[in-house]
Amino acid sequence: MTSERNPPATEPQTGNALNRSGRGRLLPPVIALLIALFVSRGQGASPTEIQKRGATHWAFRPMRSPAIPGSTDARIRNPIDSFVAARLLKEGLAFSPDADSTTLLRRISLDLTGLPPALDALDAFVSDNSSDAYDRAVERLLRSPHYGEKWARHWLDTARYADSNGFEKDRTRSVWPYRDYVIRSFNADLPFDQFTIEQLAGDLLDEPTRDQRIATGFLRNSMVNMEGGIEPEKFRVETIIDRVDAVGRTWLGLTIACAQCHDHKYDPIRMTDYYGFYGLLNQDDEPKLEVPNAAQQRRREEIVASANNFETDWARSTPDWSALEAQWEARVAEPVGHWEALDAKEWHSQPLKFEKQEDLSLLGGGDIYNNSVLRIWVETPLTHITGFRLEALNNANLPFNGPGVDADGGFQLCEFTVEATPLATSKSTTLTATNTASSTNLVHFHKAIADVEAPGWPAMATIDGNTTQGGWASAFTFGRRNEERRIVFEAEKPFGFEGGTRMLISLHCKPKESPLPNFMLGCVRVSMTTDPAPLAVDPLSSKQRRILQIPQAQRTADQRRELLHVFRTHEQAFATTWQAWDDLWKDWPKAEATTLALRARPRPRVTRLFKRGDWQRPLEAVSPDVPAILPRLPAHAPLNRLGLARWLVDLRNPLTARVLVNRVWQQYFGQGLVPTVEDLGTRSETPSHPELLDWLATEFMRRGWSFKELHRLIVGSTTYRQSSRARAELLGRDPYNRLLARGARTRVDAESVQDIALSASGLLNPKVGGPSVFPPLPDGVMQLSYGPIPWNTSEGEDRYRRAMYTFWKRSVPYPALTTFDAPSAEQSCVRRVRSNTPLQALVTLNEPTFQQAARWLGWRALRDGGSTDEARLDHAFRLCVSRQPDELERAALLRLLASSRAEFEQAGRDAATVAFSDPKNPPPMPPSATVRDLAAWTTVSRALLNLDETITKE
Amino acid sequence: MSMLHDYLAEHSRYQTRRWFFRDCGLGLGSLALGALLRGSGRAEAAEGASSRPLLAPKAPHHPPKAKRVIYLFQAGAPSQLDLFDYKPELAKWNGKPVPPEVVKGQQYAFIKPDAALYASEFRFAKHGQSGAEISDAMPALARVADDVAFVRSMTTDAFNHAPGQIFMNTGSQQFGRPSMGAWVTYGLGSESQDLPAFVVLNSAGGLSGGSGNFGSGFLPTVYQGVPFRKGSDPVLYLANPAGVSATMQRRTLDAIKELNERRLAVVGDPEIATRIHSFEMAYRMQFSAPELVDIASEPKHILELYGAEPGKPSYANNCLLARRLVERGVRFVQLFHEAWDHHSDVKGGVKAQSAATDRANAALIRDLKDRGMLDDTLVIWGGEFGRTPMVEASVELGRSLGRDHHPQAFTIWMAGGGVKPGLTLGETDDFGFHVVKDRVHVHDLHATLLHLLGFDHTKLTHRFQGRDFRLTDVHGEVVQDLLA
Repeated sequence: MTSERNPPATEPQTGNALNRSGRGRLLPPVIALLIALFVSRGQGASPTEIQKRGATHWAFRPMRSPAIPGSTDARIRNPIDSFVAARLLKEGLAFSPDADSTTLLRRISLDLTGLPPALDALDAFVSDNSSDAYDRAVERLLRSPHYGEKWARHWLDTARYADSNGFEKDRTRSVWPYRDYVIRSFNADLPFDQFTIEQLAGDLLDEPTRDQRIATGFLRNSMVNMEGGIEPEKFRVETIIDRVDAVGRTWLGLTIACAQCHDHKYDPIRMTDYYGFYGLLNQDDEPKLEVPNAAQQRRREEIVASANNFETDWARSTPDWSALEAQWEARVAEPVGHWEALDAKEWHSQPLKFEKQEDLSLLGGGDIYNNSVLRIWVETPLTHITGFRLEALNNANLPFNGPGVDADGGFQLCEFTVEATPLATSKSTTLTATNTASSTNLVHFHKAIADVEAPGWPAMATIDGNTTQGGWASAFTFGRRNEERRIVFEAEKPFGFEGGTRMLISLHCKPKESPLPNFMLGCVRVSMTTDPAPLAVDPLSSKQRRILQIPQAQRTADQRRELLHVFRTHEQAFATTWQAWDDLWKDWPKAEATTLALRARPRPRVTRLFKRGDWQRPLEAVSPDVPAILPRLPAHAPLNRLGLARWLVDLRNPLTARVLVNRVWQQYFGQGLVPTVEDLGTRSETPSHPELLDWLATEFMRRGWSFKELHRLIVGSTTYRQSSRARAELLGRDPYNRLLARGARTRVDAESVQDIALSASGLLNPKVGGPSVFPPLPDGVMQLSYGPIPWNTSEGEDRYRRAMYTFWKRSVPYPALTTFDAPSAEQSCVRRVRSNTPLQALVTLNEPTFQQAARWLGWRALRDGGSTDEARLDHAFRLCVSRQPDELERAALLRLLASSRAEFEQAGRDAATVAFSDPKNPPPMPPSATVRDLAAWTTVSRALLNLDETITKE
Repeated sequence: MSMLHDYLAEHSRYQTRRWFFRDCGLGLGSLALGALLRGSGRAEAAEGASSRPLLAPKAPHHPPKAKRVIYLFQAGAPSQLDLFDYKPELAKWNGKPVPPEVVKGQQYAFIKPDAALYASEFRFAKHGQSGAEISDAMPALARVADDVAFVRSMTTDAFNHAPGQIFMNTGSQQFGRPSMGAWVTYGLGSESQDLPAFVVLNSAGGLSGGSGNFGSGFLPTVYQGVPFRKGSDPVLYLANPAGVSATMQRRTLDAIKELNERRLAVVGDPEIATRIHSFEMAYRMQFSAPELVDIASEPKHILELYGAEPGKPSYANNCLLARRLVERGVRFVQLFHEAWDHHSDVKGGVKAQSAATDRANAALIRDLKDRGMLDDTLVIWGGEFGRTPMVEASVELGRSLGRDHHPQAFTIWMAGGGVKPGLTLGETDDFGFHVVKDRVHVHDLHATLLHLLGFDHTKLTHRFQGRDFRLTDVHGEVVQDLLA
C-alpha cells in the first residue's frame, strides 16, 4: 500500500493532484491509519479496481436510445417532458404552469440570441393566438445572426479564446477570424461532427477551405509564454498539455489532465493513455495564416490571374524556354560546393532562445525580440577551411515562414564573425567568451556573396567590421522576403589547427538603428567547406534542389513554377521581359488580418512519457492513441488530429454527445443534467435524469449533430416553458430545481448584462464579427499588466458593440465582464460560476457604458413612449424587462421621476451633465422635451437598468 | 466548513431583514436546507448563489493565531544575497566561475551556468537581541528585527517570473487556480460589511503573473482580490456618474430596492434577496472606500513613520492603506511592488528599492504592534524566487553586475500572527546557492500560513472537476519551527 494509490479517507482528493515536484515524504502515522480505515471502507481503489469501476461507469458505457416513458400527462409536448414527468410523478410533483407569453418570448430571445426581444416582436407575439406562434418565434430567433453570436460565446469559453498571449509579456495576438468562424458555423448550423473535425484537423482535410484552416485556431488558443529567458520547449510542452486538457474537457468531459504525472486516481486513465492522447496533438507546426478581406482577396486573385496570363503568354512567345530550362537544369544539376553542416556544440542568444532541429538548423523561439546576436560554438578536426555558408531557412513556426523571427519574417544580418582557437588550448566557455567578442583569432573574410541582395544591402557589408550597422538583407517586398536565402563567406586564407579547432561563430542581427522593422534570423544553418577558393553560392535552395531531383513530368505545378522562377532570374536575357511580372506583385495587398492555425509537421514528433510529468525527464516513446477505456481507433485511422477528431464524433463514442447535450442543457437550465459538466467520470455527480440525457444524446446524433434541432427540442418542451416562479413547497423540496418542476430563473451571462443595456437603450450596433473592440477601460486597470498596451477606446460604429467583441487581454481581462464571471481564458472553461456581488452593482450603476445606456433609454422613453409619464415609463420598463409594470412598481418609479425632476428644477443643478455624455455637443432632443426632462428620465432609466429582473432570465 | 455554522451565520443575518419575512414569505426550512446543501459541497451548482452567505465570517478548523494577512509581495525577486543571506565566503570566490558540482545542471534564464560568482557589495551586521543578519540596505527593518522571523531557506519550483509568481500565489505554475488570498477568504469569509474581503494594492510596474496572482480560479468570483486604484476612487466604478447627487443616488437605490423587493415577493427567488443586499453593500462601499483611502486623515507622526504622502501614490502609502484596511475588517491585503528584477546593477537596484520600501515595512510592523494588532495580523514579505550568487552580464542586453533568477534558495520574512519573533530559520551553503538546513518549500509556506489562520491545509478544499483541490496541492508541511 502506498500513498499514491490510496488517498486518505478524509481527503480523497490528495492523491489525485498533479505531482510535479515529486517531493516524496513518509506518511505520518495518523494519515496511515486513516488510509487503512479508508481502504477498509472499500473506497480506496487499486488500478485494477479503477479499471473495473470504469468499465461499469455509466458514462463510459455505450449509449442506447432509451424507451420513452408512457404517460398520460396532458402537459407533455415532446419526449423530454415524458422523461421529466415520469420522475416528477415518482416524487409526487407536477409541472408548473407555462410561463406567460411575455416571459416566454423574453426567455427564448435571451437563450437563443442573448438579447431581449424588440417591442414590436413582443407585441406581435403576445397578440398572436395561432397555435404555431411560439414555434415561429423560435424559428425567427434561430435564423437571427445573433443566434450564432450567443452560442459561439459559450463555445469560446471552452476554446479559451483571447486576444493576447497570456503570461508576463501578454502580447497581442490576432485570432479573431477564428472567433468569427465559430459564429458563422453556429449560424449555418454546421453539424457538430463537422465542426469538431474542422477545429481539430481542418488543415488535414482534402483541399481544405480557408475556413477549415482558420478553424484549427481552437487548438492555438493556448497561452504562449514569451517571458525573457524561458526555455521555448518547456512552454511548447505546456501548450500541448493545455490542448489535451481543453479537448478532454470540451469533448470528453474527462479530467484527462489528471493523468499527466501518474495514473488517474479515480478514472480509468493511465499515464500511457495521457501521453498517447498528447501524442495525437503533438505533431504540428504553428503557423500564422493570412486572412485577407474580400476586397483584398479579389485583388490578390487578379494579380495571380495576371501573373498566370503573363506566364502563359511568355511561354507561348518563347517557344524554346522549355529547352533552355532543361539546359539550365543540367548546368545547375550539381550542388555548388561541398558543404558540411555544422553540428553546433553550444549556442547562445539573448533573450531569444534557439533550439537545434534535426537538420542541424537552429530555430529561435521564446521571447521574440526583433534583434539579437546568435553565437554558436563548434569544434572540427578539419584543417584548410576556406569558408562558411549561412542558410536563412523557412520554418512554419516563424511569421510567414520566416526566415526572420519577427513581424513579417524578414531579416538583416549586420555582420558575420568567426573566432578560431586550437582545441588543445581553448578552455570551455567562460564568462569572457560568452559575453564579449574577443578580437584575437578572428578569421578574416575577404568575400561574401549571397544568392539575392536587396538594393543597398549587399552581402559584402556583413564582413566590413561593423557589427551594428548595415548588412545583408534579401528582400523587403512581400512574397520575396519570405524565401530561403544563402550567403557564402570566403576566408582570406584557409585556416584550421592541427589537433582540432574550436570556433565561435557570431551572427550579429542587432543594428543600432535601422529603417527595417525586423532583423533577427529565426532559422539558420551554418556549414563550412574546404573547397579551394573561389567559393560560389548555390543558385538553388535546399528545397529547390529537392524539386530538381524529381523528374520533370512528376513535378507539381507549384514545383514547376518555383524552378521556372529561379531559372528565369538567372537568364540575363529574360530580365527585361520579366520585370513586368515582378511589377505585378508590387501592389499585392497585405492581408487585413492574420490568424493562428496548425499545420502538420512533415515528420511527426516522437512523443515520450514524461517521468512525473516533467518534460526534462522523458522516458519511453508512446504511440499516439486514445484512452484504452474508450472505443479503439478504427484500424486504418491516421494517428493524428484527424484520427482523433473523427473518433470523437464517431457514433460509438459514449462521451461526446452526452457531454455536449449536457452542456447545452446547462445553458438553458443553469445546470446540466449532470451538474459537473466538466467531468462525467466516476467522480461526477449522478445525472438527475439519466435516460433523458441518453435520449437527448442519441437524438442529437440521429438528427445529424444539428444544434438547431437540439434547441428546437429543448425550447419546445413543456419542461422549458414552465413558469420559473419558486413555489414555496418547491423551494423546500428541490431548492436547486434538479427535478425540473419549474422553469429556470438565472442571471444572464456577463456579456448579456451589457448587451441588454445597449439593446434597451437603442445604442447597440448589431454588426457581427470583425476585429475586437475597445470599450472604455478605467484608468489604472492596464497598469496592472506587465505588458500594457495602449487602449484607444473605440469610437464610431465600434463604440457600442456586443460585449463578446471586447478585446480580451488575459493579464487584465475587461473588468466589467469579469465582475459578472466571464472566464479569464487562461484555460478551457465549460461552466461559469454565477456570483452576485456588490462590485456587480457598481458596474451597472456607474460604468460609463451603462450610464450612457441610461441616458439613451430615457431619450427613447421621451421620444417613443407617448405623451404621459405613465406611458413613457411603461415603454422604458418594457424595453428592459419586456412586461408592463404593476401599480406598485409604476408608483415607485413615478415617485423617483417626480423627485428627480424637482431636484433638477432647483437652482444650480446641472441637468445637462446627467443628461448628456458631452453636454457641449448634445444629441437632438426628443420633441418638446427639456434637458431637465431628459435628466430626470436618465435617473429613472438608471434604476430600470439596475433591476434584478433586467439582468435575469425569468 | 461547519454546516451548522454556515447556517447560523446566514440565519442571524437574514433574521434582521424584515423584508425577508414580510415580503418573501419563505419559511426558514427552505433556507436551512439551502445552507445545508451548500455547506456539504454537494451541490456545486449553488456556488455563488449568494455573496453574503459565501462571505459570512466562518470559523476555521482550529483556534487561529492570525485573523488577517498583509502580504508584501516583492515581485521581480529581490536579491537575498544583498539583503539577508550573508555569505562572507563569496568574497574569496568573487569573479571566479561557480564550481559545476554546485550548479548540477540547473538552467538559467539568461546567464550560462559557468558564470562567475559575485560577492555582495553591501555590508552586513547582526541586529537586535536576536542577532538577525541584515545588510545596510534595510536599516529600518534592522531596528525591528526582533519582531521579525527570517526564512533563509525558501525554495521554489519555478524560475521565470510569470510561472514563479503564479506558483507563489496559487501553489501551481498553471494559471487558473485560486490564489492564497482567495482561499483564505473562502475559508474565513469577511468581517467587513462594506469593503471587499481581499484587496490588492500595487505600487510599481505591472505584474508578470497578471491578475492570476490574485484571482479566484474555480472558486466563486466573490473571493478574488479586488485591485484598488490610486486616487480617491479606489474601487472600479465606485463614484456616481457626474451630476448624480447623494440624494438622487439614495432615492434611485431606494426605488431599485423597492422594485426588487416587489419582484422577490412575486417570484420568490432568494437570489433577489442577495441582489438587494449587494446593492446596499455597494452603496456603503461608496462611502467607506473613499474614507478608507483618505490617508490625509492620519496624524502627522503616522504619515512620517511610514514616509507616506497623501496624494502621492507610493509603496509607503500602500503600507499605511494596508493597516487601514485590516483595521476595517478586510481579511487579506496583498501589496505588489514589481521592481526587484535586477539583472543589471543589482547593487543600485537593491539600494533604490530598499530606500523606497524599507521604512514603510518597518513602520507597518511598528504601527500594528502599537495598536495591538500585530499579534493576530500576519505580515509576510517576499518575492517569487531569489537571485543567483553568480553575476549576470551581457553586452547585447546592456547588462552588467546583475544577478539572474534563482529558484533554489531565497529569503522571505514574516512578522506577527503567531510567528516566532526574532527567529532566523534555515541556512544555505557557502555560495548561498542551495539550502542546506531547514528547507521551506512554497507549499510549506502555504501550509504554515493556513495553519496560522486556523486551517488544516489538507482540509481546506474545493471540489472541481471531480477532484477536491487545495492550495497546497498534494504537498506542504507546516513549518513547526516558525510557530511562536
